[in-house]
This record gives sequence, structure tokens and C-alpha cells, in this order.
Amino acid sequence: MKLMGYQRENGTYGIRNHLLIIPASVCAVEVSNRIAQKVTGAVSLPHQHGCCQMGADFRQTIRTLTGFGCNPNVGAVLVVGLGCEGIQPSQVAEEIKKTGKPVEFITIQACGGTTKTVTQGIIIAEKFAKILSSANRVPFPISHLTLGMECGGSDPTSGIVANPGIGIASDRLVSLGGSSILSETTEVIGAEHILAERFPDAEERGKFLTMVSNVEKRALAVGEDLRGSQPTPGNIQGGLSTIEEKSLGCMHKAGHSAPFMGALEYGQAVPPAKLGLYFMDTPGEDIDSITGMVAGGAQLIVFTTGRGTPTGCPIAPVIKITGNPQTFQTMEENIDINGGKVIQGECTLDDLGEEIFKKMISVANGEQTKAEKLGHKEFGIYRIGFTF
Amino acid sequence: MNPILKIHEKDNVATCLRPVATGEVFDLKDLQLIANEDIPQFHKIALTDIPVHGPILKYGQIIGLATQRICRGDYVHVHNIESTRGRGDREGDAK
Repeated sequence: MKLMGYQRENGTYGIRNHLLIIPASVCAVEVSNRIAQKVTGAVSLPHQHGCCQMGADFRQTIRTLTGFGCNPNVGAVLVVGLGCEGIQPSQVAEEIKKTGKPVEFITIQACGGTTKTVTQGIIIAEKFAKILSSANRVPFPISHLTLGMECGGSDPTSGIVANPGIGIASDRLVSLGGSSILSETTEVIGAEHILAERFPDAEERGKFLTMVSNVEKRALAVGEDLRGSQPTPGNIQGGLSTIEEKSLGCMHKAGHSAPFMGALEYGQAVPPAKLGLYFMDTPGEDIDSITGMVAGGAQLIVFTTGRGTPTGCPIAPVIKITGNPQTFQTMEENIDINGGKVIQGECTLDDLGEEIFKKMISVANGEQTKAEKLGHKEFGIYRIGFTF
Repeated sequence: MNPILKIHEKDNVATCLRPVATGEVFDLKDLQLIANEDIPQFHKIALTDIPVHGPILKYGQIIGLATQRICRGDYVHVHNIESTRGRGDREGDAK
């Protein structure tokens, strides 16, 4: 099966053609935002990090920022730094340059302040925007598509209808040679024994189980009951009683037929030589989780929600599906697919899986999702350490 | 679709696909179920009697333990079941 997308120098294909302005640290966020506001098609990544971080946490933040720049949905990148921050803008730019796409960096200290940096940034971004505007979509095999799977604001309909629906679409994509990522380590607690059986490789299985036990250890170290945080008050109000119940519903996103090829770190890229279904170590919090998968190269996100949520992503289309018919009615503005039809007996789960798959193809080929039309661009980096 | 959805044959709780009122009677494949209390839509109803600390089964898997005796037809939620995972509040008890 062929899709239509933007070919990149390194042989990958984007389903969008974004001009990305990356602030290397929180100190460059305001300047980056102002540049993005002035250039048509440009998007910035507001975040609070990039300085005074250490170790794995520091590396994870760099991996996320460079991963966004490397994502095939991005056609050109301007990195903006203050100049003295922990994450050096030159380092981020160099890493992204390896993809062959146009990349430049500027710093506020070298340009001489806010106004001069914004002016200089707009000149570079406009030059990039001109290059991107001449790009055309070309056919590419569906095996180049990586899907990120998310569930948020879950209720019992997520586990009964919406997540199994995504699972059908994910199985189909993987059977056609594409890749798919299951995420949210917290929402594996209580279901890890079932998912572990689907890792043929013992080393990768071990990595996956360690990720789950590490997250549970972190929760235990707080000294309180996880319930109330996971499941959230909204999950509980919807009818989910425990993290085990939530997890056993969440895991259906991974479908049934495909084996797990491996377990990825947060923001780690799917190995091009070994495509297929993967697990990624992300938190249950939706924005940080989607950000990790997109940093790992996912061009498209499918997102199930029982309670309803508006959120999107700065560079990847996010398709929303609810299994709750009332939620579709109250939040139709934000939700693309009504899986509540299955609960009401109007269609089967297989029909829903087919509808989700068709929507994925049409969105990959350019159809805008509701989150895109409404301008939702939420972005959040998963922190695993302290700021010093 | 039956308003009471039992997902796995081993399950001792089921999901109410619509709000259920006290005294409502449901005919399931192998049992008759009477709701002992009002249950909100998509929340759970007990299919069997469950003893204190007995496992709660949904999807054929343990989703928690009963904190009190639960009778067939009772509303099952955070007031009468608890998680066994992520219990930092219990860490002291185990030691």
C-alpha cells in the first residue's frame, strides 16, 4: 500500500512538512515563540528545560529536542539558544543536520539581545519557509509509517471498545510492514505478565519488565497510594477502580497478532532495520508520552479517550477516538471518531478498526485532524531527574 | 446488546453499559442478576458473592481485592475494592 508524503534526504517520509523552531532551553522559549509567530507555517516547542540538568535526565531532554528535529514530519529546523545553557544549540543542530534537512542555529547572546535575535531568526525561518513551500507529496510505501498509540482521560469504554479498535488498526499496519509504538509504562502495571509473553527476544522482554518495575518503584518511593494519581480522579469517576483495571484496558491498543520487536527508551528511534511493534518507556501523562513517541520518529498518533481531551502535537497529526457515545456528543469538536457506535450496537469492533485504519491513511495523505484544525500543539518533555 | 457486559468467562464483575437502578433484574446466560443498588453507566456490578480480600476478576485477570464482603448484584468500585500495586502507603506494613 502506498501513501503520499514528503521525501527526506535520509530516505524517510514525512506526512507533514513543518518548519520547526527549537528553543535549546527555557531561556530561548520567548524568542523562539516570537519567531514562529511571524513566519507562516513555523511552529515552536515551548518547554521549561535545557539547563542545569544531569545524567540520564539531561540526555533524555537532548534526545527529545533532537528527535523532534529529526522527525520526518519536519522539513527544516532553526535552533535558538541563549548561548550559555547546558544543552548547546550547536550540538542539537549538528545532530539534526545528519538527516540532510536544512538546519541552522542562532544564540541570543551572540546576536545581541531579544530584538536582534528575533529579526535574525525571522530572516532564516523565512528562507526555510520558501524552500518548504515548493515541496510536493510523492508516493511512498506504508512500511515507512510509524504510528504512536496513546490513551488518555480513559474510562471503561476505552478498554472495551476504543483501545481494541486501535489494536485492530495497529495489527493491520504492522502486517503491511509499518511500525507501531505502545507507550505509557505506568499503564502497564498489572498487565505486564500478558504483554511480556509477546516479546520473543528474552533480552528485550527483560528490558521491558525492568522499565515497568522501575516505574512502580518510583511510585512506591513516594510513600502514598498510587490510586488518585493513577487512575486519575476522572478515570475513577468514569468507573475505573484500580491501576490494574486501567492497564488491562490500555494494553489492547497493542492488538493481538504482532510480536514486540523491542523496548525503546523515551524518545529512542525505532531501528530502521527492524521495523514492527515496539514498546516505549513513557509516563501515563498524555503530553509527555506523545512527545516521546514523536521524538522517536512517529509521524502519526492515534489517541483514545473516554472522558474527552482536546490535546494535539506541534508536528504530528493526532486522531482522537472515543468509545463513549455521550463523550462524542459533548466533545465532538475535538473527537474524530465515534467508537460509541459499538457500545450502542450500531457497528462491530472490526468495523471500528477498519474506520480507524482508513482515517489513518487519509490523515497521512494530508487530511487535517480536529486537533490540527483547532491549532492544538501541546508539548511536554518527560523528566526523570531534578533541576540543579 | 445486553446492558450487562461480562468480558471474560472467569470474571466475577461485569460492566453496566447503561445506568442501572436498584431492583432491576437482568438475565445473563447462566444466572439471574438483581441490582442491589443504583450503579452509574460503565461502572461495575458483582456477578457472584466475593469474600473480603477475594480477587476481583475483569478481562479474566485480577484488577484488585475486595476490602469488604461483596454480594452478587452489589456496585463494585473504589469503596469496596483496592489495588495491590503502587501501594507506597503500604510499604511500611510489608517490612
